Amino acid sequence: MADAPLIAARGISKQFAGVEVLSDVDLDLMAGEIHALLGENGAGKSTFAKILAGVHRPTRGTLALNGQPVEVNNPTTAQRLGITLIHQEPISFPDMSVAENLVLGRTDSALLGRVPWAEMEQGAKDLMTQLGVRIDVTKPMRGLSIADQQMVEIARALASDSRLIIMDEPTAPLTPKEVDTLFKIARRLRDEGRTIIFISHRLEEVQALCDRATIFRDGALVDTVDVVDVTDEDIIKLMIGRPLRELIHKTGSEIGEVALEVSGLSQPGMFKNISFSVRKGEIVGLAGLVGAGRTDVARAIFGVAPAQSGTINVNGAPVTIAEPSDAIDLGLAFVPEDRAVAGIFKTLSVEHNITATVPGKIAPRGFISRGIEKALTAQSVKQLRIRLASVRQPIGELSGGNQQKAILARWLHTDPQILILDEPTRGIDIGVKAEFYDMIGKLAADGRAILLISSELPELLALCDRILVMAEGELTADLLRADATQETIMHAAVPKTGNHAQESAA
Amino acid sequence: MSLITKFLSTLLHRREAGIAVMIVLLALVVGAIQPRFLTLETLRIIALAIPLILIAAMGQMMVLVARHVDLSIGSILAFSSIIAGIMFRDLPDVPIIISIVAAIACGGALGFANGVIVTLFRLPSIIVTLGTLSLYRGLVFLVSGARQVDPQYIPRSLIEMSQTSPIFGIPWIVILAFVIALLTYFFLDHVRLGRQIYALGSNPVAAPLRGIKVVPLTILVFTMSGALAGLTGIIYASRFGYVNPGITGVGFEFTVIAAVVIGGVSINGGVGTVLGTVLGVILLGMVNVALPLLGVSAFWQDVIYGAVIVIALLIDKSVRDRSARALAAARSAA
Repeated sequence: MADAPLIAARGISKQFAGVEVLSDVDLDLMAGEIHALLGENGAGKSTFAKILAGVHRPTRGTLALNGQPVEVNNPTTAQRLGITLIHQEPISFPDMSVAENLVLGRTDSALLGRVPWAEMEQGAKDLMTQLGVRIDVTKPMRGLSIADQQMVEIARALASDSRLIIMDEPTAPLTPKEVDTLFKIARRLRDEGRTIIFISHRLEEVQALCDRATIFRDGALVDTVDVVDVTDEDIIKLMIGRPLRELIHKTGSEIGEVALEVSGLSQPGMFKNISFSVRKGEIVGLAGLVGAGRTDVARAIFGVAPAQSGTINVNGAPVTIAEPSDAIDLGLAFVPEDRAVAGIFKTLSVEHNITATVPGKIAPRGFISRGIEKALTAQSVKQLRIRLASVRQPIGELSGGNQQKAILARWLHTDPQILILDEPTRGIDIGVKAEFYDMIGKLAADGRAILLISSELPELLALCDRILVMAEGELTADLLRADATQETIMHAAVPKTGNHAQESAA
Repeated sequence: MSLITKFLSTLLHRREAGIAVMIVLLALVVGAIQPRFLTLETLRIIALAIPLILIAAMGQMMVLVARHVDLSIGSILAFSSIIAGIMFRDLPDVPIIISIVAAIACGGALGFANGVIVTLFRLPSIIVTLGTLSLYRGLVFLVSGARQVDPQYIPRSLIEMSQTSPIFGIPWIVILAFVIALLTYFFLDHVRLGRQIYALGSNPVAAPLRGIKVVPLTILVFTMSGALAGLTGIIYASRFGYVNPGITGVGFEFTVIAAVVIGGVSINGGVGTVLGTVLGVILLGMVNVALPLLGVSAFWQDVIYGAVIVIALLIDKSVRDRSARALAAARSAA
């Protein structure tokens, strides 16, 4: 590592519409290091990275490159200065060839100049060889996997001889094998003396790849640490200001009668012979690998795609659930996994989204009463601490966590006695997660039966009274909380038949 | 794979090859029913039907590639045509070439206005140009006082452009149209500014991040479309020998958009070739000539144009879906 920093940021601050999202960040980035930027969504790490890349301009503060003050006014300037931002889903021109994508926007020849096709393709081939990847540069970008598209972006950074390459959550859409390749290349670029900023939520990747890490919280730089000196626990503490363990409260709730019982539920090709029960006041976790059939079981219970055979009892009485409205009438609620697809009405207001499940309540005489609508929404906003500018703004404008809260609010208005939550905290910040854990605990304490599908084992271990495990469409374990550990759950979740095809196809 | 089979497979996978095959099939089928279709005389009629569509299609193609659409070209054509006609009639001392240049400049100005409205107010071009389609037609009536420019005022030399030929009996206007197509090809495929139009249409969000100046580029594209529609207005006067405010260029945008879309230019932007567009225009020109020869009523023409647009869009979509599926399959196999 050289002594003089490649980039020296001093007092970098940024306001959006009067709200300060980044305040007084001082940070030195050294040549030849991989530097992680960590923090919850909205902590300011992406804003800082975008300021470096010229996407945003700082409200205050200065940047120096190799000791020289610079102004990074736009992405083109950034590229000329040797700074490249690689987006998670690379921004490319899908209809144009890889080679052309590499040179587009370069300003080294006149607008009315000829396009040097042959030269361009040869240059692109050389870059791919240099990176050690096999990509046909004459093919349109559209045909490339996300991983290959990222490689093209890295190649573009090399083409302009970038000294600083910023990767914004590059690994999220990649397979483990692709992540390995990316890391290998990142290390090689570092060894060439380039600097890499690595933004990620996955702490194990930070440990595996990065030299130093800077943690942001609420728009401020909290600390910069050498990665070898700290544990994940330390980092989480810096990110949220308190240890994760303290976030999870399980309100002791009284466990009552069986509320939901399914037996012998089967759907060929998806799941078979699923039997379990959930009692009032109980939180039952449903663990398993992606593709194990957990969501399919939930959808079957709720009547979205009813099972071919098997019975469902609600409060001890056998019921037929042919479609979701039957389930709703029986006091069930289902918060689906992918809120963007199955949950929200993106362009409608928060208010309309929250009251969508209870037309009878808001329109007692057939006409919608604005007063009731408003009152119901206000109640939800307060109860669930939904952060918004106005209840009439489109729900799509809210952050992921707040959208998720609004969806939960919608179902709470139906006063459900049995709540099925499918990955309720996926993709939301740790802070908001804590609020969710609180809420789920309270809902159970009020005597509701809760079935919680989650892929996050710590979440299940902290919240649930019992944990069911599925593998390849079958129930493989039913563990009491006292007996459940990450190991026992994973042991039951890993398929025994050696048939991984189903899982990877999901 | 041998070179020949490789060549054949590229050929089969290209949209242009499909249109070329359709052109041959159409010629054979229509020729079998009505042998008169396969004569030199018919070829000449088809060739004369092409320039009008082709020149405007070059402009429309650039607009579609940039992920916009220009519905106002029929009215721009009429405006340029009436301006030239009025100048021929009322200012007989002005050299013809000046009137022609003025007419093209008017077309460019109206296109420029489209581009400015679309970019300045960030409005969808389909709505803006629907508005100017009507607005510009209104201007045509205003400047002409709703009066037709009669045939005796159209200069002889202009009319002869459609009738005389410098070489192989190919009329001047046909040669002009193909020269413009060639220039467009060169601009779009070999000039950096032309490639930027593809980039803009392929990903309008990414384009400014790569330093592409979106606003001037968009205005330029609409201006070129307008100027080419203006030139088409001159060709119109040459071909038909009169300009009528209520007839000239009415419904022209549909013909042109149909030809461009048949030619494989995607309405989603970023995709399209000059060769494809030329073939699309030829195919449509053939249909134009074939229908009356087959005794199909002129009333059916609109039905057929509309159907052709919808079918071309369906083909476009199915090609895209299929290639997306093929890519996904190739990816998961890898």
